Amino acid sequence: MAGPTLSTEPLELAGRILAMAEAAGADQADSVAVSSTNASTTVRLQKLEKVSESTARSVGLRVILGGRQATVSTSDVSDAALEEAVRTAMELARISEPDPYAGLADPTTQARSTPQLSLYDEQIPDVDGNHRLSQALTCEQSALDADGRIVNSGGATFSTSVSSFALADTNGFAGAYADTSASMWVEVMAEEDDGQLRNAGWSTSERALHRLDDAADVGREAAARALRQLGATKASTCEVPVVWEPRMAAGLAGIVSGAASGEALYRRATFLAEREQEEIASPLLTIVDDGTLSGRLGSRPFDGEGVVTRRNALIESGAFQGFLFDSYNARRLDAASTGSAWRSVGGLPQIGSGNLSLEAGQSAPEHIVAEVEDGLYLTTLMGFGVNYTTGDFSRGAAGIWIRNGELAEPVQEINVSGNLLDMLARIDAVGSDAQWFGSTSAPTLRMSRMTVSGV
Amino acid sequence: MSDTPADVIGFYAGQLGVDEAAAESVLASALGRGGTFAELYFEHKRSGSLSYEDQQVKSTQASLSQGVGIRVVEGDAIGYAYTEDLSLEAMRRAAETAAQIAHGGGETEEIDLTAASYPADRYAIASPSTSTPLADKVELLRRADVAARGWHPSIARVDASMVDEEKRVLIVRSDGRLVADYQPLLRFNVSCLSELDGERRNARWGGGGRMGMAYFHDHSPESLAEEAARQAVLQQEAREAPAGTFPVVLAAGDSGILLHEAVGHGLEADFNRKGTSNYSNRIGQPVASDLVTVIDDATLDRSRGSVNVDDEGEPAGRNLLIEDGQLAAYMQDRISSDHFSVAPSGNGRRQSFRHAPMPRMTNTYMTAGQDDPEDLLRRVEYGIYCKAFSGGQVNITNGDFVFSVTEGYLIENGQVTAPIRDVNLIGNGPDVLSKVTGVGHDLEMSDGRWTCGKSGQSVPVGVGIPTVLVSGITVGGTQMRSGSGMSA
Repeated sequence: MAGPTLSTEPLELAGRILAMAEAAGADQADSVAVSSTNASTTVRLQKLEKVSESTARSVGLRVILGGRQATVSTSDVSDAALEEAVRTAMELARISEPDPYAGLADPTTQARSTPQLSLYDEQIPDVDGNHRLSQALTCEQSALDADGRIVNSGGATFSTSVSSFALADTNGFAGAYADTSASMWVEVMAEEDDGQLRNAGWSTSERALHRLDDAADVGREAAARALRQLGATKASTCEVPVVWEPRMAAGLAGIVSGAASGEALYRRATFLAEREQEEIASPLLTIVDDGTLSGRLGSRPFDGEGVVTRRNALIESGAFQGFLFDSYNARRLDAASTGSAWRSVGGLPQIGSGNLSLEAGQSAPEHIVAEVEDGLYLTTLMGFGVNYTTGDFSRGAAGIWIRNGELAEPVQEINVSGNLLDMLARIDAVGSDAQWFGSTSAPTLRMSRMTVSGV
Repeated sequence: MSDTPADVIGFYAGQLGVDEAAAESVLASALGRGGTFAELYFEHKRSGSLSYEDQQVKSTQASLSQGVGIRVVEGDAIGYAYTEDLSLEAMRRAAETAAQIAHGGGETEEIDLTAASYPADRYAIASPSTSTPLADKVELLRRADVAARGWHPSIARVDASMVDEEKRVLIVRSDGRLVADYQPLLRFNVSCLSELDGERRNARWGGGGRMGMAYFHDHSPESLAEEAARQAVLQQEAREAPAGTFPVVLAAGDSGILLHEAVGHGLEADFNRKGTSNYSNRIGQPVASDLVTVIDDATLDRSRGSVNVDDEGEPAGRNLLIEDGQLAAYMQDRISSDHFSVAPSGNGRRQSFRHAPMPRMTNTYMTAGQDDPEDLLRRVEYGIYCKAFSGGQVNITNGDFVFSVTEGYLIENGQVTAPIRDVNLIGNGPDVLSKVTGVGHDLEMSDGRWTCGKSGQSVPVGVGIPTVLVSGITVGGTQMRSGSGMSA
């Protein structure tokens, strides 16, 4: 069940180490092999700064022996190294402790065919260094040309990746898929009258080359964002409405998805625990996880345990629908896998979302701002101030102050804070302007009140 | 016993077939198009992790990662390629890929490799944790679990884990330097959940360093676990933090994260070479209160951020960054030290052979001052006392930085009073450092628990600071409070 696969090597490798594990006496086992070719070119101030290109591959194995499990991985794929890895895995498993929930995915939930997800762009393996260079140059040049006050650059990078992922288990599952991605990123600095610099970056990332934003547009967006921060000052401490621009709202969707992890639930480390089917958010809010969208970065035919990916509503019109699960946490909590296991070669499956979408609403984004007399238009968040257990949210921020319904002066060096349950309930407008940022899509949204700390 | 440099060189030649002749041949391919400098970074890393959750072993893990990263330098530009396949053919192919940064001819001079030595091994170990029986490690985790549960009846869940690695590094450069190092690293983590009347609060604690099992001679699993439990239970009575700008007293030790964010990253020379840091072109200028002296020191004994040699093969350094408030120097890697015509400072670091090096911090700290720590608290009428943190971040260009406080208290009339809930603090580097109005005599280094991220690369670091009074930082709480506090 391969798509347009780069090589059969990963599937062969996964099969080889799995056979060794069976021969060594593992009750159950699964193996993961990945191979990827990554290339990138970085320019700064229109000069070449860095070119890199490499092909990586490695293999991982999980063995289960009398309910005891262990995982190993190696980037040395010689037969001798694989044999040693299997031996190590068996030794680790023997001295581990039995876990009645350890096990492979239910075979009836695993993928039997490969849906057409358009994850592979035939053009990308043919992209050469000259194309990466010219795209990076164009992107940065358009940022530098945007305004005389753009005086410096952190550089522009264009990169491409071609990967293969293979998974095999002792229940007979063996699957592989290949995918591609391309991305472009730029950061520039605008200069204040006193010589101080304000920076901003912008990026685009897609599976297919033709879906990337135009290089010059990416550069112009970065420049516009740096320019609009010129003259930023610190706001006063207050409680006001906060408008989240789409990119910030996408981050909020990611936080909700993290709190909806079945592992966080098992650890009781989420403010969403025991709130299934409750109206926890504004009726305007719908957030959906979907691993099956055509051509999206979060799509794949099966998850890290071979389970078919699918659409999972997280919040539907304000009501919390439930958690995302891999097989292990599902068994622990008497639930079913949602096809949400992610797997790297090292370690056990981890729960994560596919594509996340905070669904568009009815409001025009200009209208969402126009209704605010005095408030914050949030464009930047900094730091790690999210406590998933309590829902407490306190993060550094920058943005633009809204006065009488209009974007007025830029602000920086402020904090925004609240509790996520209050914040989600206080969403009083959701824009019609949803856009994709990597594997997450979100529109502009507004919270009726948050605490802003400043002078 | 840990390997000596000669052991590491012997390991590469004997086990992996990478000897001087192979390295010279790959370097010749790397310079085949006329680059000015080339370097091979060989890495062989064995790592393990063991986690203990809900009173049983949850997972055991072992991994082997090996390969070589090849860098070709041409002026300020670099070509980079790596391979996990250490056959001569695969290494030459990677070298040819990296060589494409240069466009000259194929004449290369003969390279004469000489093994370089360094002054001291700062983390020689008698008993590597990577060869310690798993059952012994499980026992340490079990002790942590028992101690945390015993500390308070509300502790409903304990997750403990131990991760360790041993890295053998061999660096071979086209200027003839060959240097090897054996780098152990260990970390012990405990996470506790307190559940009281349906309210859940959590906290994490841990430590480690470039050590083997000897770490546990001075640090018992019980003490680490009880600290995590204490912080989780404390949060049960925490109240909302205030919103606004207030005086802040930073406790000695982990508060060094403030320095790491407020000045550390901004003094990494790559940003300053490019003029994108708010500290660019400010050497010799005042950037902090004259009470402030900051050092980055890779030579501390067994500290998580210490190295014998950096990842470009330069000896580790002890570098004065800020002296009595004046900017003294940046942290350099090879490219930036060429640019500034200064000696490399031993700060060229990388996450692995898959990554090119760049200027990074090692162990960064503020030197001790004259003040009595209790006195610094007494000087605050209303403010915040910060003790434990979950992380921080900085914008290099405008200087804004944040750090998240997970154990904090109100200071009222010079006394530490109620604990506060998790809160983020934001400031601007030079502004906050100019507001340092008191520095305690109690310098303390963090136990080894910090990892620093930059441009997608993680490296282990240390931080340290004495008790410090800052006259104003913006506190991102939810409790509106009119007026702001005073500090003498």
